[in-house]
Amino acid sequence: MELIKEHPILEYKHGKEVVFTLDGKELKGYAGEPIAMALHANGVHIYRITPEMKRPRGFFCAIGKCSSCFMVVDGVPNVRTCVTPLEAGMKVETQHGKGLVPLEAQ
Amino acid sequence: MRKTLETELLVIGGGAAGLCAAAEAAGAGVKTTVIESDLHPGGQLVKQTHKFFGSKDEYAGTRGYKISDILLDEIKGLGDKVEIKTNTTVTAYYPEEGIYTAMKGEDEYYRIKAKKTIVATGAQERLIPFPNNDLPGVYGAGAVQTLMNVYGVVPGKKVVMVGAGNIGLIVSYQLTQAGVEVAAVVEAMPRVGGYWVHAAKIRRLGIPILLQHTITEALGDQTITGAVIQPLNDKFERVGEPQKIDCDVICMAVGLTPTTELFWQAGCKMLFVPQLCGHVPFRDNTMRTSNPDIWVAGDASGIEEASAAMVEGRIAGFSAAKALGKNMEQTKFDEYWKRLEHLRAGEVGEKIRGGICQVLSAGWEA
Repeated sequence: MELIKEHPILEYKHGKEVVFTLDGKELKGYAGEPIAMALHANGVHIYRITPEMKRPRGFFCAIGKCSSCFMVVDGVPNVRTCVTPLEAGMKVETQHGKGLVPLEAQ
Repeated sequence: MRKTLETELLVIGGGAAGLCAAAEAAGAGVKTTVIESDLHPGGQLVKQTHKFFGSKDEYAGTRGYKISDILLDEIKGLGDKVEIKTNTTVTAYYPEEGIYTAMKGEDEYYRIKAKKTIVATGAQERLIPFPNNDLPGVYGAGAVQTLMNVYGVVPGKKVVMVGAGNIGLIVSYQLTQAGVEVAAVVEAMPRVGGYWVHAAKIRRLGIPILLQHTITEALGDQTITGAVIQPLNDKFERVGEPQKIDCDVICMAVGLTPTTELFWQAGCKMLFVPQLCGHVPFRDNTMRTSNPDIWVAGDASGIEEASAAMVEGRIAGFSAAKALGKNMEQTKFDEYWKRLEHLRAGEVGEKIRGGICQVLSAGWEA
């Protein structure tokens, strides 16, 4: 993971390391930290593809306000991954387009 | 089945302003609930590694993230008077019923009924238009701080910083602390907008501050591989040769705008005030908006420093507690206003004072 090893002021206290998947591929991250941060630490920067122009999007504000980092998490689309805590075994998927809520997807 | 949470005072936003508001009101005995959308309270304070300026009363000389700890300690000392709900976002206000809706995570929705509310929703990052500004790698300055200062994630290898205000300067310095190269700071204005001391720190590290320059394009197919910058003349027209800089992150520090959706939904009287960086609610000197049940504090009332947000939080918390029938010492209120005036004094406070006078109401009719 691309983590800061030494910092002159801060000490980082990470939680428990857990395994989750991105589009089926296993990755490691820290439980309780935002999904978007875990992805970035794994070198993943594209979180969704826009509906019309098919443009790649990553995160932008990281405080749950801008909608840029929406992904499909455990089947639920439009999850703000910058403020959603990572859990062991989470199934994270790149969101293509607007996403379908589970009811529509059935 | 509808779950409704009832509380005396609802504080929306657990950052610098919201925590101070909650501490003040709960200190006077008000049952207070703080709703925070992030996974931890503290707002932008938790991302600040630098020592604050301002006045001793607002923790000058203390690093931002430690101020957050101090405020949380104060709140902890108030026992069960304050409940902080993290990972919870207020999604709407329904004025007909006086009800807020909130969601915890993605699946738990509920309603909140409060006697009084303090909206301390803070601000959001601005973006300027240029081709490819939507590509991954164009990040808000706050996002870069979150990555490196809260979660210890390396934001990138090489960064172009857009904006030489205090945030652009401070985050550039913080990037070097995290071991990330800052290629340049680009600023459209002919002068540095932030404090000289911050600018001097990054100049000493050899980072160029390119005044009268703008970003004209972000380069990259899927993610950022570079930035094109170009000099500007006094009329902000592009002149001279565009220059390509290799980078994988373009950090935007081009200002913030207040987060005000809830005021609009509540029918608060609003005004666009350029000096306060967007639409803001009118308020009286107790920070009460035109809606008698709603107060405002912090960046949601206009973009200013965290120190001012903390005092505004105190004033709003004090006033809401008073409106809830608590016996409040008026001298304390006067003292808070003295502190605010001190923070806004002189040349640096001129812009803020000019903005606030446009939305400060002498008082609301009962």
